[in-house]
Amino acid sequence: MQATHAASHADVHHDHDHDLGFWRKYVFSIDHKVIGIQYGLTALAFLLFGFFLMLMMRWQIAKPGQPIPIVGPLLEAVLGQVAAKGIMSPDLYNSFGAMHGTIMVFLAIVPLASGAFGNYLVPLQVGANDMAFPRLNMVSYQFYFFGGIIMFASFFIPGGAAQAGWTSYAPLSLAIPTDGQTFWLLGMVFLITSSLLGSANIIVTIVQLRAPGLTWMRLPFFVWAQFVASFLLLLAFPPLEAAGIMQLMDKVAGTSMFLPSGLAVGGPLDNVSGGGSPLLWQHLFWFLAHPEVYVLILPAMGIISEIIANNTRKPLWGYRSLVYASLGLGFMSFIVWAHHMYLTGMGTVIATFFQTTTMIISIPSVIILTCLLISLWGGSIRFNTPMLFSLAFLPMFGIGGLTGLPLGFSASDIHLHDTYYVIAHFHYVVAPGTIFALFAGIYFWYPKLTGRMMNEFWGKVHFWLSFVFMNLIFQPMFAQGMAGMLRRMSDGGANYATSVLAKSGVEVTGSLSDMIIRLNNYILWAAVGLALAQIPFIINLFWSIKNGQKVKNDNPWDATTLEWQTPTPPPHGNFLKEPSVYRGPYEYSPLGGKGSDFLPQTEPEGVAQTSSTKH
Amino acid sequence: MEIPYAVKPRPDTGVYNAKLGMWLFLASEVMLFGGLFSAYILLRVGAPEGTWTQGLLDIRLGTINTVILAFSAVTTLLAWAACKVRDFGKFKMWHGLTILLALVFLGIKSYEYRDKFSHFQIRKADGTYVDGHIAGSKYVDAAGQEREIHHGFRGKTFTEGEKEFTLASVTLNGYEAETLKEINQPERGHKHEHKDITVPAAEIKKIGNYGPAHNTFTAIYFTMTGLHALHILGGVLVIAYFWGPGSKMWHTEPDRFTNRIEVSGLFWHFVDLVWIFLFPILYLT
Repeated sequence: MQATHAASHADVHHDHDHDLGFWRKYVFSIDHKVIGIQYGLTALAFLLFGFFLMLMMRWQIAKPGQPIPIVGPLLEAVLGQVAAKGIMSPDLYNSFGAMHGTIMVFLAIVPLASGAFGNYLVPLQVGANDMAFPRLNMVSYQFYFFGGIIMFASFFIPGGAAQAGWTSYAPLSLAIPTDGQTFWLLGMVFLITSSLLGSANIIVTIVQLRAPGLTWMRLPFFVWAQFVASFLLLLAFPPLEAAGIMQLMDKVAGTSMFLPSGLAVGGPLDNVSGGGSPLLWQHLFWFLAHPEVYVLILPAMGIISEIIANNTRKPLWGYRSLVYASLGLGFMSFIVWAHHMYLTGMGTVIATFFQTTTMIISIPSVIILTCLLISLWGGSIRFNTPMLFSLAFLPMFGIGGLTGLPLGFSASDIHLHDTYYVIAHFHYVVAPGTIFALFAGIYFWYPKLTGRMMNEFWGKVHFWLSFVFMNLIFQPMFAQGMAGMLRRMSDGGANYATSVLAKSGVEVTGSLSDMIIRLNNYILWAAVGLALAQIPFIINLFWSIKNGQKVKNDNPWDATTLEWQTPTPPPHGNFLKEPSVYRGPYEYSPLGGKGSDFLPQTEPEGVAQTSSTKH
Repeated sequence: MEIPYAVKPRPDTGVYNAKLGMWLFLASEVMLFGGLFSAYILLRVGAPEGTWTQGLLDIRLGTINTVILAFSAVTTLLAWAACKVRDFGKFKMWHGLTILLALVFLGIKSYEYRDKFSHFQIRKADGTYVDGHIAGSKYVDAAGQEREIHHGFRGKTFTEGEKEFTLASVTLNGYEAETLKEINQPERGHKHEHKDITVPAAEIKKIGNYGPAHNTFTAIYFTMTGLHALHILGGVLVIAYFWGPGSKMWHTEPDRFTNRIEVSGLFWHFVDLVWIFLFPILYLT
């Protein structure tokens, strides 16, 4: 079967693509795989860019007021006064901080997880020849790209990019007189529109285009994860769009929906009517932004599940529990948002409600993590690069999740709110959590995209260095946060350092000890190390397209799911003939499996044996 | 390459792709307007005493617009039914009517907007208010030359050629009030007597029209009805396309065309439904 694929694949490829020119094939393509790769490359570029913003900020935090080496003069040349003498001004720090968050969440990770992996893999894994609405798919990418351009361009306008944090809390976001916030809001409207179109497309594809025999409980868990994540995007994003439109009105049309009466910013604001509600913004923002966390993590869990099942050579433990837990997670994620707002004075009754739901939502998360952990039990594990990243995901996400509990309790949150502890917590979820899963996915599906493997040795170098440096960066932040060091300070807390205060003769309880301040230095060098650790990955990613080891067949990992039953790379239209599905997604080591230890979903024989050994 | 179930429904789900896509899109639209309705509630209950404007909008015009949209929902349904029984002439008639009704709706809406932009409120230096439609304003330039603007107001100063004109006085056709509450929440059945009131520039502390920036009510009013009007505009553009150049598809793929009319009709019904909620919260309460 593999041989026929390989032989006929060249013809098919030729048939479909030879009449399309460069522009329609690579730029205005309606093929879900090309669009997926477009998403992937754009999002990876933004991921790197967002990381560089943070790298520069880490320098400023560790060595406040010292010129940034190497890039300092460049910054001054491009951005002018805000980076005079190559020193990052507080305004620039604020704008880099706001844009780091925005870029990482909305322009890097969601587009990578949902846009790139969702687009490329969902139609393949459900056995469809494309997304349900290919043209709409192209438009989604263009909206995303255009939104990205607006965000990127905002760095270079007078006054620079948005400075009010990725959360854009009013009235701060409205009180800053520059146009960065307007650009941010416009960019967000484009990104939200892109997400809405994309997520509707993914849901319709899953519901309508499943291959014959592919029932709901035979879907790979990755597809389920995308399904739930798409629903979150579809239903949680619109309220932020509404809020964005309202803030845009406040910013451009002079309304004051988020400006309260009697507000004074350098003198009373006489030109606005007042009467608005700053809390309203926070409610609408977090109504999106909490489900967004699960949009970030669910596809990552999906990727991990595929890789763990494949590399332990045994079925996932508790497939149904995983599915129901992810549905429960999706549902619960809509009613926990105000746990970000304990300190707003919204009232203890509301805080109690959200504290309760927040504790409840940890249950499905724990179920998922437990299922994945037990799946390792008794497996014959292959420790290749994608598997290493997946294995690291489990404890990293575990740390991220567990450290969230003290933040979910309103009492302990009073101490930890807005400190570096929060930063460490959610970065453990998203950076060594989701980003590791995304790396795992890239290493795992790369041979399907290109027909060549990525280099194993450099993959392992990339993994071990990233693993070590990630922890060196984020672990100290827990200590800093618990010592009371606040986030969003452009001097890295130096103003509150015991030694600095002692020099001016002030004695302050709870000032930051020298050890806590010194951690900033270590974090800086760990961040530099993390940057260097990405070099092997970047080279590997491009070098292997031409020079990687060729795959032995269309299914180099001996995997069961449908995407491996296509030619490599899959042509426009994906499958040579419509696939029929006869079994669940993870039939590894099935009893009586004719010499190989796996049965692909399309394999009709062996039905009797597997149904009797059903897990 | 053909996408399955683009026209015929999938047997086990019972829908074709675009129909499911539209329902999902409408679900997200519910959340979009749901966000705005929640915002309306929070802003209203949180509004400082006497600042939430009531009874500003013309209930007659609102009622007419409600009836117009209700009728357009009927014509949209009949247009789809005409497609189903393969009567192209009737389709053209009913959807022609839909487009016409939508345009009348937008016409009335823009008339209402225009009315708000010519409706002014002055806060005088002594803390009292003058509220009414602009009757005219007077300006003087440096040489003492006067300029009168009928039914208009051009800001505190404006330049024309070389000359700079400064505001001398504003005349509103309306009434005087001691507090905002008298203006925003008049007692039921009470009608203010309107007359021309001229206020010299020196007595004006703040002047502005009932545009979005006037107060929180007009802000949310313009945001919600503006977004709704954009939906009407988008919907009518799509329907007009299917009615005009897009109707060529009728002769080649009547089933697919009928689906398009059904799906665009779903959207249209949703937009009508939003108005059914907007009308009471903005006009009646």
